Amino acid sequence: MNGAQDLGGQHGFGPVAPETNEPLFHADWEKRALGLTLSCGAFGAWTIDESRHARESLPPATYLSASYYEIWTRALEVLLQRHGFVSADELAAGVLLEKSREPKRILTAAMVPSVLAKGAPCDRPATTDPLFTPGQQVRTRNFNPLTHTRLPRYARSKTGIVESVQGSFVFPDENAHGKGENPQWVYTVVFDGEEIWGEGADPSLTVSIDAWESYLEHA
Amino acid sequence: MHHPHHDEHDHHDNHFSPMEARVKALETVLTQKGLIDPAAIDAIVETYETRIGPRNGARVVAKAWSEPDFADWLRRDATAAIASLGYSGRQGEHMRAVFNTPDIHNLVVCTLCSCYPWAVLGLPPVWYKAPPYRSRAVIDPRGVLGEFGVVLPETRKIRVWDSTAELRYIVIPERPEGTEGFTPEALADLVTRDSMIGTGLAKTVGEAA
Repeated sequence: MNGAQDLGGQHGFGPVAPETNEPLFHADWEKRALGLTLSCGAFGAWTIDESRHARESLPPATYLSASYYEIWTRALEVLLQRHGFVSADELAAGVLLEKSREPKRILTAAMVPSVLAKGAPCDRPATTDPLFTPGQQVRTRNFNPLTHTRLPRYARSKTGIVESVQGSFVFPDENAHGKGENPQWVYTVVFDGEEIWGEGADPSLTVSIDAWESYLEHA
Repeated sequence: MHHPHHDEHDHHDNHFSPMEARVKALETVLTQKGLIDPAAIDAIVETYETRIGPRNGARVVAKAWSEPDFADWLRRDATAAIASLGYSGRQGEHMRAVFNTPDIHNLVVCTLCSCYPWAVLGLPPVWYKAPPYRSRAVIDPRGVLGEFGVVLPETRKIRVWDSTAELRYIVIPERPEGTEGFTPEALADLVTRDSMIGTGLAKTVGEAA
């Protein structure tokens, strides 16, 4: 999706402005937003890919003016309503008004250490051999799907070199939309700065992405 | 109690900021439904405030600096090498370590969201998640590095890694000169969070003193 999240190469956002001695959280609500997002993720009702798509689907003006935990919170509200855990009326009222679905799992304090330590690995056995090998030249596909993709716009229709085969992973473009994990090989593909940015590119620059196999064609 | 006007220090229940109110409403509804355990949220926050942070990564770097076998293991299978120190799990499931050399400087970004190796660096700083860094790291890395006070020789190549899949990166900065014989703890003290993202360098012996 060509949403506001696809930021690589955009101009006009100003300097990075790192904050000296930045606190881990800038407000208490950010702590709750983090914990709520992880707790609700533990329901098992949606995938990380669906949650990323919910964030990138926020209106661009909202996305770009919100802090990251605000983006998380707004997307969480969308996911909770979509999957029948809260209603719009409940969000507006801030109190329980109706019975909701039962999640597969409710995260308790006792479960937190093991759930965080386990994470959610997303490598999956491949059913095919890799189509590409290290050293090969490849071209990224040119597409503009309305749906989720992890191929950034700046890296579409570009020629690069396969540096390594990273393994076989859940394919987010389909998993984000409930179409299953459909694992594919993932490759690290390296591009010269000039191939991506053209005239005036930093001659010392290379940029790599990790690309699912269906993003690539022989060049 | 009635407040005639609001100010930043006013935390009376009726005077939440819009995001405070929004998050509180969400937590209240979900708690009333029995869908979340507020104590689990406390436990998550406590974990990232006290146990999972950039010192984990600093210990990985210090070990890589002092033990060539560990550095080789990091190059081959960073996930397993890092897990051997007890650092694994959420946003560290699939790790890669990339090594700075006199010829190449590595910089990590996630232009599409905020992918970051939580298991070794903790939660990302705001600038890592914000548009200026995500937009510019891939097109103007030298300019970005300058804003962090890092000026590299023109001859130094810059390799930017955009975390577009589920691989999470840690940069192994170059070991500072004059650190022969340093203990692992003293080495780790030279490793900054930013040096493991690539927006900084390890501290010199003089800076650490």
